[in-house]
Amino acid sequence: MVPITTLHYLVVAAALFVLGTIGVLTRRNVVIILMSIELILNAVNLNLVAFSRLYGLHGQVFAVFVITDAAAEAAVGLGILIAFFRNKETVNMDEVDLLKW
Amino acid sequence: MNPVATPFFFYLLSAMALISGVLVITRKNPVHSAIALIFTLLSLAGLYLMLYAPFVAGVQIILYAGGIMVLFLFVIMLVSVSRVERESQFNKQWLVGIAATAALGVLFILVYAKGKSVFPERTVQLPEQLNTQQVAVWLYGTYMLPFEVASLLLLVAIVGAVVMAKKRI
Repeated sequence: MVPITTLHYLVVAAALFVLGTIGVLTRRNVVIILMSIELILNAVNLNLVAFSRLYGLHGQVFAVFVITDAAAEAAVGLGILIAFFRNKETVNMDEVDLLKW
Repeated sequence: MNPVATPFFFYLLSAMALISGVLVITRKNPVHSAIALIFTLLSLAGLYLMLYAPFVAGVQIILYAGGIMVLFLFVIMLVSVSRVERESQFNKQWLVGIAATAALGVLFILVYAKGKSVFPERTVQLPEQLNTQQVAVWLYGTYMLPFEVASLLLLVAIVGAVVMAKKRI
């Protein structure tokens, strides 16, 4: 069997990134859009950790920072979602048109 | 100590991550999506372990699968409406979105096919027992300022989330 190289991990991360992007661009439900953003951030984390195998521990430290960001983003995004749901009784992204004219 | 059956576990964990990733973006019920996302996160934690990053794997399980997903499930319970499940799940620009993403995927494939030789084949043998200690040394040494900025970011996020979710400010 072929030994697993860094490139294998990068391909998995790219596939996860593409999946997350499809979710963000095509879904209507805001909760699932936020989950797709988590998928994207995880793909980035996998890249960082895979490269930390080659270039030292910087990648793992940055992965920890990315996880911190993901937590902050989820908290604020879900807060916005609750405020939005209280006003419009919906969780659909294409009905968020308050700032459109 | 050499790891055993590395390719098998790599392919198993990657397949789990990707299949649950597909489930995340295709399920109607957000709770099913959340459960699929938990499976993706856990298999990614396994991949981190295979990359000799036990600290990141632990943080991934505790923070992501334990913390963030509970937050998601709480909000799903707060805002879920059964009407949404009968409506269309995809927006009107879904075709354009998938086309743009396919272009992105082709770009990734091209970059990896052309730049294969750029990534060195060597792997640095990190001392796995000291991983957590070394991450801590980096965090509290070289990355002290980003660490403090991250704590500030979390504080701002807490305040922002509370303000957003409050009924009247």
